[in-house]
Amino acid sequence: MEKVMSNKGIIALYVLPSLLLIIAIIYLPIVLTGYYGLMQWDGISPMTFIGLENYSTLLHDEKFWSSVYHSFLFAVLSTVFLSVYMAVALVLSGNIRGANLFRKIYLLPMLLSSVAIAQLWLKIYHPTTGILNDFLTSLGVKETPEWLADPSIVLGALFVPILWQYAGFYILIYYAAFKNIPASLIEAARIDGASPIQIALRIKIPLISEVIKVTIVLAVVGSLKYFDLIYVMTDGGPNGASEVMASYMYHKAFRGFEFGYGSAIGFFLLLICLVATWGIRKLTETKDSIQYS
Amino acid sequence: MTTAKMAVSSRTNSTSRSIGGGIVNGILYAVLIIASVVQILPLVWLLFFSLKNNQEVFNLPPFSLPTKLRWENYESVWSQGNISKYFINSVWITVVSVALTILLASFVTFAITRMKWKLRPFVLGLFMVGMMIPVHSTLIPLFNLFQKLHLTDNQASLVLSYTAFNLPITIMILLGFYYALPREVEEAAVMDGCSVNRVFFQIVLPMTASVIVTAAIINMIYNWNEFIFVNTFISSDNLKTLTVGVQNFVGQYTTNWGAIGATLMISILPILLAFFLLSNRIVEGIAAGSVKG
Repeated sequence: MEKVMSNKGIIALYVLPSLLLIIAIIYLPIVLTGYYGLMQWDGISPMTFIGLENYSTLLHDEKFWSSVYHSFLFAVLSTVFLSVYMAVALVLSGNIRGANLFRKIYLLPMLLSSVAIAQLWLKIYHPTTGILNDFLTSLGVKETPEWLADPSIVLGALFVPILWQYAGFYILIYYAAFKNIPASLIEAARIDGASPIQIALRIKIPLISEVIKVTIVLAVVGSLKYFDLIYVMTDGGPNGASEVMASYMYHKAFRGFEFGYGSAIGFFLLLICLVATWGIRKLTETKDSIQYS
Repeated sequence: MTTAKMAVSSRTNSTSRSIGGGIVNGILYAVLIIASVVQILPLVWLLFFSLKNNQEVFNLPPFSLPTKLRWENYESVWSQGNISKYFINSVWITVVSVALTILLASFVTFAITRMKWKLRPFVLGLFMVGMMIPVHSTLIPLFNLFQKLHLTDNQASLVLSYTAFNLPITIMILLGFYYALPREVEEAAVMDGCSVNRVFFQIVLPMTASVIVTAAIINMIYNWNEFIFVNTFISSDNLKTLTVGVQNFVGQYTTNWGAIGATLMISILPILLAFFLLSNRIVEGIAAGSVKG
C-alpha cells in the first residue's frame, strides 16, 4: 500500500500538469507584472528599463488616486452592508418556513454575468424610459436624475446593482454558518432566559466570527477588484467620476498603450489586495479560537 | 400567500409569547418577501420587455404584460446577429474548460489526499493562494505571453486561463469530499494488486460523481459569465463568447429594446435553467467554495 501510494512517477503525472498550468498562468504573470512595471513599453516596440519611474509617476497621478479612493469607498460600503446580510441570515436561520426558497431567490442575481446585469441596470437607469425614472415621474418628481451621467451620484448608482448582485451570496454564507451552530447551545441559552436578540448578539454572532472574517476579506478584496460591471455601465465616466483601480489599469494599458504604466498599476492592485487580506486577518485576530463541542 | 398564514409560531413558546411572536414573524416575513421581490423584479421586467416592441415598451406601463408575445425578437436576434455563433462558442469553451478543470483538479486532489510525498503541503498551498490573486494583475503579462505563443485571438487562450484560474476553487470543493471518503475499498483494491491509475479511474472517480456535479456547475457559471479575458484576448468577432458578444451587440442596437431584452435573455437562459434544475448543488458548491478560505 505504502509503496504503491508513494510512486513518484504517478504523483508527477497527476500533479505536474496542473502545477505547471497555474505557475504559467497565475504565478509567472504576477512576477512579470512587477517587472514590466519597471519598463517603458507601448506593447509593440521593445521595452526600455526606466527603474522606478512608473511607480513615482503613480504616486503623483491624481486620477489614479481618485480611482483608488473609489475602490476603497466600494470596499467600505460593501463591508458595512455585510451587517444587513447577517441580519437577514439570522432571521432566515430561525424557524422560518420557506427559508430555503428565500435564500435561493436572493442568490439568483449572483449567478448571472456582470455584463448582463450591467446591461439590465443600464436600462433600469435609462434617463427617459428606465423603470426607475418612470416610477419617480409617477410619484410626481419633475426633474428626474440622470443616474449614470451625474458625477455626484454615479458611484451610488453603481453600488446598487453591486448590492443586488452579491447580497444573496453573503446571506447564503451566513445562513450556512448560523445553521452550523449546535442547537443545544441555543437551547441552553433559551432555558437560561436569554431573549432572541441576546442570543443573536451574545452567542450566534460571536460563534461565527471566523466566517465573518472571511466575508470581510471577500467583500474588501472583491470590491478592490470590481471591473466588469463598471466597465460596461459607465466605463469609468463621466469624466473619471467612477473610475476604479482595475478600470484605470485597463484604460492605461489597452487604450492608452502604456503597458509599462498599466503593469505598475496591476502590481499595485495585487499588493493592495494581499495587504488588505493580511491586514484584516491581523486586525480581527482573536486570542482564543472558538470550539463548538 | 398571506403573511398571516405563513407566520409560524416558534416551537416551545407559551401562548402569550406566540401571539407577540406571530406579529414579529409577520413583519419579518414581509421584509423577506419584499427583498425577494426586489431580487426578482428586474428580471421579470427584462423578460417582459424582451417580448415587446418599442412602442409597447415606451407607451405601456413597465410591468404590463406584453399585448402579444413577440417571440420574433428572439428569432431575429438569433438569426441576424452573431448571437447563435457566440452561443455555440460559449457552450464549447465552457464544456471543454469544465471537463479539463474537473479532471486535473481530481488528479491533484487524489494525489494530495491519497498519496505520500514531501512537497504535498507546499503544493496545496500554491493552489490555495492562487485563489487570492486578482486576475487583473495577470492580464497584461498574460496578453503578452499569449501573443508570443500566437495564442491571442485563439480560443485556446481562454480554455487555458479558465482552467488555471478555476483549479484552486475546484480543488477546494473536492478536498472536503475526498477527506471524508472511506478508504477501505481503495486499500483492498491495492492489496489485490490494482494499479494506482485503476484505483483512481475505476474506484475513486465514480465515487466522487456527486461532488463533481457540484464543482462542474460552479465552474460552468464562472466560465459562462467570464468577460475580461475574452474582451482582451479575442479580437475576431466570430471567436467571441456570449458575454462579450452581447456587449457589442447591445451597443449596436441601443434603441431596439425588444432586441436587447431578447439578447440578454438568451445569454442568461442556460444559467437560469441550471438554477431551476440544480439550485441545491449551486448553493452547496458556493458554500463549500467560500467559507473554508
